[in-house]
Amino acid sequence: MTPSIGSLPPKYRVTIDHDRCMLCGRCVVNCSYGVFRLDGDRVRTNSRVCTACHRCVAYCPRDAISIQERPLDYRTHPVWTRGVRESIYSQARTGKIVLAGMGNALDYPMIFDRLVLDACQVTNPSIDPLREPMELRTYLGKKPQRLELGTRGDGGVDLLTELAPNLCLETPIMIGHMSYGAISLNAQLAMARAVSGQGTFMGTGEGGLAEPLRPYQGHLIVQVASGRFGVDIDYLERGAAIEIKIGQGAKPGIGGHLPGEKVNALVSRTRMIPEGSDAISPAPHHDIYSIEDLAQLVRSLKEATGWKKPVFVKIAAVHNVAAIAAGIARSAADAVVVDGFRGGTGAAPRVFRDHVGIPVEAAVAAVDAKLRSQGIRNEVSVIASGGIRESTDVAKIIALGADAVYIGTAALVALGCRVCGSCYRGLCPWGIATQRQDLVDRLDPVAGGEQVGNLIHGWTLELAELMGAAGINSIESLRGNRDRLRSYMVDQALMDVLDVKSVGA
Amino acid sequence: MRTVVIDAAGMHYTPLNNLVREAVARGAERIVLENVLGQRFIANGVRGDVAIEVRGVPGGDLGMFMSGPRIEVFGNAEHAPGNTMDAGEIVVHGSAGDAVGHSMRGGRIFVEGAIGYRGGIHMKQYLEKHPVLVVGEYARAFLGEYMAGGTVLVLARHGGPAVEERGLGSGIHGGEIVLRGGLDPRYLGVGATTVPMDAGAMARVRPLVEAYCAHFGVDADPLLDDDYTRVVPASARPFADKYTWE
Repeated sequence: MTPSIGSLPPKYRVTIDHDRCMLCGRCVVNCSYGVFRLDGDRVRTNSRVCTACHRCVAYCPRDAISIQERPLDYRTHPVWTRGVRESIYSQARTGKIVLAGMGNALDYPMIFDRLVLDACQVTNPSIDPLREPMELRTYLGKKPQRLELGTRGDGGVDLLTELAPNLCLETPIMIGHMSYGAISLNAQLAMARAVSGQGTFMGTGEGGLAEPLRPYQGHLIVQVASGRFGVDIDYLERGAAIEIKIGQGAKPGIGGHLPGEKVNALVSRTRMIPEGSDAISPAPHHDIYSIEDLAQLVRSLKEATGWKKPVFVKIAAVHNVAAIAAGIARSAADAVVVDGFRGGTGAAPRVFRDHVGIPVEAAVAAVDAKLRSQGIRNEVSVIASGGIRESTDVAKIIALGADAVYIGTAALVALGCRVCGSCYRGLCPWGIATQRQDLVDRLDPVAGGEQVGNLIHGWTLELAELMGAAGINSIESLRGNRDRLRSYMVDQALMDVLDVKSVGA
Repeated sequence: MRTVVIDAAGMHYTPLNNLVREAVARGAERIVLENVLGQRFIANGVRGDVAIEVRGVPGGDLGMFMSGPRIEVFGNAEHAPGNTMDAGEIVVHGSAGDAVGHSMRGGRIFVEGAIGYRGGIHMKQYLEKHPVLVVGEYARAFLGEYMAGGTVLVLARHGGPAVEERGLGSGIHGGEIVLRGGLDPRYLGVGATTVPMDAGAMARVRPLVEAYCAHFGVDADPLLDDDYTRVVPASARPFADKYTWE
């Protein structure tokens, strides 16, 4: 049997400017995919294995390397795109489900980029954050519907209402859950250092809590997913909060699967599964088949940890996200995480990554509106995640009703990630999505922590400036404040969902 | 032996658990909970070496995340006793609901009677931790699905088949399910297969049968002198053939 598809055009072409190349060999050493080899007085390339991760470009001292995307494309066609054709070739060869990395790769309109923010002019002066205090501190968790106060004999006042535990964030920017196993220990350490320094939090992901992260546990949210990897009472007690992962924006409705090749000794110890065995997270939690069961797991986690920690529930943004979030708000959960369809992932079936779920902007607006309409907005905080790219996205999603955000890909980009989308290969030359020690060692947790910390700090400064310009000095006054947004070329139906007026209106 | 008796009649689970924790902290060796009626989460996340007797019917998630204690229930148990349990033992003098031993990592559960759906689902093992679920009568559908480790043993003492519903061991990629008597192969889930009960497997099962019999005052010989069916993963990578990379 002779296969009749043949080889496909290369995705990238790597060329060396031999006039500039000084044969230092850094590209050979840095490329974990094997693009380069030193051959006498020349560096030779094998473009077919290139992922455009740019590690070689970043470390070439002479700017001698250039990478061209799609040097030879198929005949252009608006329907039969390269991606569509190549999936067909791949499935014709294998008969399998196509897995892909990173987030949604289809060209859907970006709602964030169709929303503009407000600024004060004459009648209501803007606020200079340099001079005036800007309140960015954010509390996540249940807020009481009302406060009961009692007066003491000496004229003092006592708070009689028992307050639910809240997380105190110095900035509404957190880092979402990326598990140890999916990413490296050094990547997790760098981000843990960053959130500790910036007074915020990060998620552990569902892969347990690696021992070297324990010094940062006061800034870690431990995750309980359907695989229950690494979950024991010690793990639950270490976290500042606990998050139940029901769904993920990059692949709503399906489980996860860490291949055995990535389960090395420390990953094995952290997940509490044998070395080299597959780590399979089923699609549902098999003790949660109803909203009542979810309430039971929330309460069970609280009961096990003495009702001292907030419990979050993370769901993928799907069609009926608002009704689902309202159910969660009644479950004793303290926050609901809404993960939009642009959320990243190490690996997801391509059809899910690109076609299942809805954008976080619409989801958060709908969730906030539903919770307010039912009078239970105070029962849960809303955390937005999935496709938050810069500080304006943070400002806009808070104005649409979120309390805080999780970033993921943005934090990895701050560590050097070039969004090449080859996370599943396990060969990440930036030491992020790999468990190969020589690659992991390339990522210095101290320097990386500083970079991610800088990013959060920079965004926080920008957020304060954006708020000040809008005459707002407290993040609470921005939350759900849709009057600070206008939509630009958004259709009426979506404007109704977002509850945002048009520009000029 | 220091015994603490707590009357759980009409009590909410949180104050009840607080009393249990206090008793454990004060060094109780045996805690007797009288008049238990549906209180959930009993002994959740409790550590230590203590025997807890539950007199009545406990609610769901009995001993969830528990690490060490031995619980004996004189009554039936609701769903998911031993959920994500770490170490210790749960003995139920009766039957239990769905998802018994869900995601259990260590310790042992003995149920005198039958269990509901999804028993032993996603049990896993790690180093010295090897969870065990022993059921006296039968188990409903989806027994041992996604199992990644540990042992499930069903003794079929009621006279019928140990399992006669679908989804047995779907997606199993570690551990073993042992059934006394035969199995109609149509109940096997995707990724599960039967293999002969060899001497090594019998040597692992024998002490579990004997422990079951000791707990419930049953003669072990007729149970041991019988044929068993062993269900194991068809592959350690049940999903490996499902996917290709972009």
